Amino acid sequence: MRALSRRTALALGLGTAAILAGVDRVCATPSEADEAIAKFAGGKKPEPGRIAIELPEIAENGTAVPLTVTVESPMTAADHITDVLVVADGNPNPRVATFSFTPMSGKAEVATRIRLNATENVIVVARTGDGRFLAARKEVKVTIGGCGG
Amino acid sequence: MAEKPRIKLPKEAKKGEVIEIKTLIAHPMESGLRKDDAGALVPRKIINRFTCEFNGTLAFACELEPAIAANPYFQFTVRVEESGTFRFTWIDDDGTAITADESITVS
Repeated sequence: MRALSRRTALALGLGTAAILAGVDRVCATPSEADEAIAKFAGGKKPEPGRIAIELPEIAENGTAVPLTVTVESPMTAADHITDVLVVADGNPNPRVATFSFTPMSGKAEVATRIRLNATENVIVVARTGDGRFLAARKEVKVTIGGCGG
Repeated sequence: MAEKPRIKLPKEAKKGEVIEIKTLIAHPMESGLRKDDAGALVPRKIINRFTCEFNGTLAFACELEPAIAANPYFQFTVRVEESGTFRFTWIDDDGTAITADESITVS
């Protein structure tokens, strides 16, 4: 096997750059993610903490990234988590999902698989039964985007 | 879409136990951003809502966006106080609802 010629290597590089540029154009801006969060929180500022986000540090394939969200809560009728919003700030549409829990849930915990477009932040905002908001974020490095741009 | 959704939950539980439920449904979750071979955008077609009811009361729900991976998978918990039936519902963008029922014995 011969090593890559300089011309081939250059062509490959240009191709990759073109693909990356194409993906860039369909990305949401972080401000769109902020807007989605502000809408969910009704303008209130979420407090940090009580949320654990489980995501791989590096996702080789952005088409199905395992995500687990756990919010610390006794989940009683008086004190429970009602809704959890998941946002990915580099996706074409930053909203990923909104989960609704009830005291019947027992735990405010959910696992699913999400699509990530590029290296970006996943932000989780939780609403408590008494109308407070909690938030946490985690960065994921994505090798191949999963939004089909 | 004839394929049956896959659901995993215990058959029996103790009163007040928090059980774990896993669900998976076969669906392409077409995001509306993907292009076909001819370069035309493939129209969006996703499952946009999933609910889990126990004996008619909503226990868990999710609003899905195109950023949920194909073949949506969920793992969540429900606290069971009595025997009964879970009803799982997936709603497609085209309005179709796919439902599945599973019963549990609580002692």
